[in-house]
Amino acid sequence: MAVETQAIKKPLGFTAAVIGAFGALFGVFVGAANGSVLGGIVAGFVIMAAVAAGAMSVDRKMEAPVKWGFVILMVLAGFVLGGLPGAVVGAIFGYIFGLLIYWVGMGRYRVPLPPYLTAGQVLWHYAFRTICGAIFVFLITPILVVMPLSFNAENFFTFTPEMLRFDPEGYSLRHYREFFQSSDWQQALRNSLIIAPLATLLSVSFGTLAAIGLSSEHVPFRRAIMAVLISPMIVPLIISAAGMYFFYSRIGLQGTLAGVVLAHAALGIPFVIITVTATLVGFDRSLTRAAANMGANPVTTFFRVQMPLILPGVISGGLFAFITSFDEVVVVLFVGSAKQQTLPWQMFTGLREQISPVILAVATILVVISIGLLATVEVLRRRSERLRGMSPG
Amino acid sequence: MTDTAATTATPEDTGPMLAADGTPLKRSLARALRAQKMRALALIAPLLIFVLLTFIAPIVDMLFRSVENQIVSDTLPRTTLALKDWDDSTGDLPGDDIFFAAYQDIFLAAEAKTHTRLGTRLNYEFTGVSSLFRKSGRGLDDIGEVYQDAFKDLDKDWDKGAPWVELMGSDDFVAEAQAWEKGDALPEFELRDGMADLLPLTAVAYEDFARFQRVEEEKSLLKEEPWTLVHTMLFRDLQAQDVSGYSGPRAEMLKAADALVDGGELPPLDVRTTFEKIDKDWMDVDVWETIKMYSPNYTNGYFLNAVDMQKTPDGPAWRDDDERIYGLLFKRTMFMSLVITFSCIALAYPVAFLLSNLPARTANLLMILVLLPFWTSLLVRTSAWKVMLQQQGVINDVLVWIGLVDDANRLVMINNQLGTIIAMTHILLPFMILPMYSVMSTIPQTYVRAAKSLGATNWTAFWRVYFPQSVPGIGAGSILVFILSIGYYITPEIVGGTTGTFISNRIAYHISSSLNWGLAAALGTILLAVVLILYWAYDKIVGIDNVKLGG
Repeated sequence: MAVETQAIKKPLGFTAAVIGAFGALFGVFVGAANGSVLGGIVAGFVIMAAVAAGAMSVDRKMEAPVKWGFVILMVLAGFVLGGLPGAVVGAIFGYIFGLLIYWVGMGRYRVPLPPYLTAGQVLWHYAFRTICGAIFVFLITPILVVMPLSFNAENFFTFTPEMLRFDPEGYSLRHYREFFQSSDWQQALRNSLIIAPLATLLSVSFGTLAAIGLSSEHVPFRRAIMAVLISPMIVPLIISAAGMYFFYSRIGLQGTLAGVVLAHAALGIPFVIITVTATLVGFDRSLTRAAANMGANPVTTFFRVQMPLILPGVISGGLFAFITSFDEVVVVLFVGSAKQQTLPWQMFTGLREQISPVILAVATILVVISIGLLATVEVLRRRSERLRGMSPG
Repeated sequence: MTDTAATTATPEDTGPMLAADGTPLKRSLARALRAQKMRALALIAPLLIFVLLTFIAPIVDMLFRSVENQIVSDTLPRTTLALKDWDDSTGDLPGDDIFFAAYQDIFLAAEAKTHTRLGTRLNYEFTGVSSLFRKSGRGLDDIGEVYQDAFKDLDKDWDKGAPWVELMGSDDFVAEAQAWEKGDALPEFELRDGMADLLPLTAVAYEDFARFQRVEEEKSLLKEEPWTLVHTMLFRDLQAQDVSGYSGPRAEMLKAADALVDGGELPPLDVRTTFEKIDKDWMDVDVWETIKMYSPNYTNGYFLNAVDMQKTPDGPAWRDDDERIYGLLFKRTMFMSLVITFSCIALAYPVAFLLSNLPARTANLLMILVLLPFWTSLLVRTSAWKVMLQQQGVINDVLVWIGLVDDANRLVMINNQLGTIIAMTHILLPFMILPMYSVMSTIPQTYVRAAKSLGATNWTAFWRVYFPQSVPGIGAGSILVFILSIGYYITPEIVGGTTGTFISNRIAYHISSSLNWGLAAALGTILLAVVLILYWAYDKIVGIDNVKLGG
C-alpha cells in the first residue's frame, strides 16, 4: 500500500515569503505597465505576503469565505484600474491566488508526492511541470489565438480595444459571411471538396490492396517495394512538386483536375500503406483459412471476414490521405492552374499578399474540421486495438 | 487428404515424397509458394505501377532535366557541328563557315520563334545573349533581301511560290500540290531528282521552308514566296555550281539568274559583317565560347551553377564572391534546420518525459494538446504565427501592454530567421514528441528506482540510466524533423522574408519566376540526395516500418 503523505500546515513565514514571491512576479508586469518595475515588485511582494499571512491567521473553516472575498476584492480593484478587461484579469488572478495561498500554506502540494522527497526534489517536481505547461501553451496558443481573432469586427490581424473590452461591437461574423459569399472562396472550397475525396478514393483502394499483398508471408523484393511506396512521404514536397510540374507538363496533365488528383493520390498512398499494414500485423490469418474451409470464396472472405476487421485501419488511413490532400498546397500550386485553386492555395496567396482576416475564419473552420477528424481517428484506433485484443476495455 | 503423401511413400520406396496429385512434394510446395508470391505481387502491382507513373517518373524526369541540354544542339544544329572544329583557346573568332552556319540556324530558329528560348537558356550562362539572339532574329532577314530583290528585278517569278515549286519539287509533288484543296491534309514535299546535287544549299533551305509551311503554317507552297534565306542559298549555289546542264522546268529562269550571278554585279555574301552590324557582341569570342561549351546534349552546367561554380574553357571554376548565393543558401538551410531540430529536442524531451511518466488517463488527455496541432492544417498554424509575430501582432501587443517593450521599439520577429525558426519549431514539434514518447514509454521506471536505491543521485540516475535508454527516441525524432525541415517551403515563404528562406524557396523561384528549370532541377537533385542519405540513416536506426503516425 502506498504511503499517504499528510498535508501539514506550513509555518507562516514560509507561506508569506512564497506567496509574496509570486506576488512580486505578478507585480513586475503591473509595475511595468504603470511605469515602475521596482515599485511593482515591492508592492506585489508586500501586498501578497500580507494577504497570505492574513488568510493563514484566520480559522481554517474560513477558507471559502476568504477565497471568495479575495476574488471580489480583486475584481473591484481590476475594474477600477482597467474597466471590464481589468475585472476579468482581476477575477482570474484572485481565484488563482486564493487557491495558491491555501495550496502552499496548508502544505497540500505535498499530497500527491511520496513523503520521503526533499524540499529540493519537490521544488524541481513543480518547476518541471511548469516548464512542461509552458511548452503545452506554446503548442496550443497559436490555434487558440486564431479562433477569437476570426470574430474580429475590424480588418485587423490583432485584438482591437473593443474586443478586449468584451464590447459586442468588437465582434462579428462578417469574415465568415465573406467566406460564404465570396465566389473565390466558394470555388476554392468546392475544388477542395472535389479533389480530396477523389484522391482519397484512389489511394485507399490501391493502397489497401497493396497493403494486403505486402503483408502476406512471401513477398519478393519487399523492402524495395516498400521503399518505393513510402517515398512520396519522404521526398520533400517541393521536390515532388517540381518533378510533377516538369513531368505533367510533358504529358499534358499540368493544370488539369486529373493531374492534381493523381498527384494528391500519390502523396496520400504512404499513409494508407502504413496504417493498413500496421492493422494487418495483428490480423489473425487463420480466420481467412477458416472462412475458406467453410466454403467461402476469396472475394467473400475478403469482404465478410477480413475487411470488417481491418476497416478501422483502412478508414484512418483514408482520413490521413484525405487530410494530406485537403491541406496540401505546394504540389497543387505547381501542378494545378487557377481553375484548381483549393482552400490552402487561396489561403497561401492571401497570406502572401495579406489581404483579409477571412483567412482566420477559414482557419477556424479548418481547426474545427481537424478536431473532428482527430476524434474519429482516435476512436477508430481504440476500436481497432480492442478488436485485436491489444488493449483492454 | 494431404496425408496421402505419407501413405504413398512406403518404406521400400526410395523415390521422392509425393503430394496428393502424385507430383513430388518438393515441387508441389514450390508451386504453392510461387502461386502465393504471384498473388501477393498481383495485389501490389496496381499500386506500384500507379506510384511509379505518378511519382517516381516525375522524380526521374527532374533528375534528367538537371543535366539535359538539348536545346542548343536542337536549335543550332549546323553551328554546334561546325564549332566542334573551332579551337577556342587561340582567342580568334570562328571562321566564316561558322558564321554562315549560324546564319542558317538562327534564321530558321527565328522563323520557328525558338531563337528567344535559346537566348533565354544561354542567358543563364552569359548575360546579354538573350537580347543578342532577339536582335539577330530580326536582323538576319537583311542579308538575303539584296539577292531576293536582285532576282525579283530579273524575273518577277522569283518572288512567287508556284515557280519555285515547279523548280524544286518533283513532278508528283507539283501535281499533288495543284490538286490540293483547303481542308485536305497538305502533301509532303518531295525534292526533284538531281536537285540536291545541282543546288545543294538551296535544296536544304527550301526543304526546311517546305516543312515549316506544311507543319507550322499549314499553307500551300504554291501561294507562299520562299524566305530570303532560300534566295541567299540560291546565290551561293549559283556562284559555285554550273547549271548549264539543267533542262527541267524553269530552266530558262534559273540560267538567267546564273548569268546575273556570274556577271559579278551582285554584292558578295558577307555574313560576318552583317552579324557585326546587328550587334558588336557577335565579335566577342566569349559568346562563341559559351555556345560551344553548351553544345553537348548533356551538361554539368546546372550542377556547377547550383554549387556556385561555372563552366569556363579551362574547366569548372568558382564564381566571383559576390555572385555566390547557393552555397550560402545551402549552409543557411542546414544551419536553420539544425537550430530547429535542437530547439525541438529541447522542447520535446520534457514533454515526452512527462507524458510517459504520467498515468495513462492523464497522458492521453495531454496527448490531445500534442495531436491537435499535429492534425491542424499547416497553413492554419503558419497563419497563426504570422498573426502573432507581426509588429502589430498579438505578441508585440501583449508585450507593449504589460510594458516589457516600448511601443516605438516593437520587436521584429517576422520576415527574418527568428520568425522561421519559431514557427517551424512549433510546426515540427509533434514530429519530435511522438517518436520520443513511443521510445520513452517502453523504458521501465524500475530502472531509475533501482539506480536510486543503489545510491545514485537524481541527476546520476537520470543521466547514466534513463537518458541512454531514451537516445533512440531522440535520434529518430531528430532525423525526422531534420528531413522535414530542410525541404520546407510554405512556412519560410510566408514568415521568412528574405533572410529566413530556404533552398526550397529558391527552387520554387526558379520554376515559377526565372523559369530556369534546369537549375531548379539541379538544386532539387542535390536536396534530394541529402534527404535520401538521411532517410537511409533513418532506416538503419529506426526502420521505415516503424514510422508511427500520431499514436
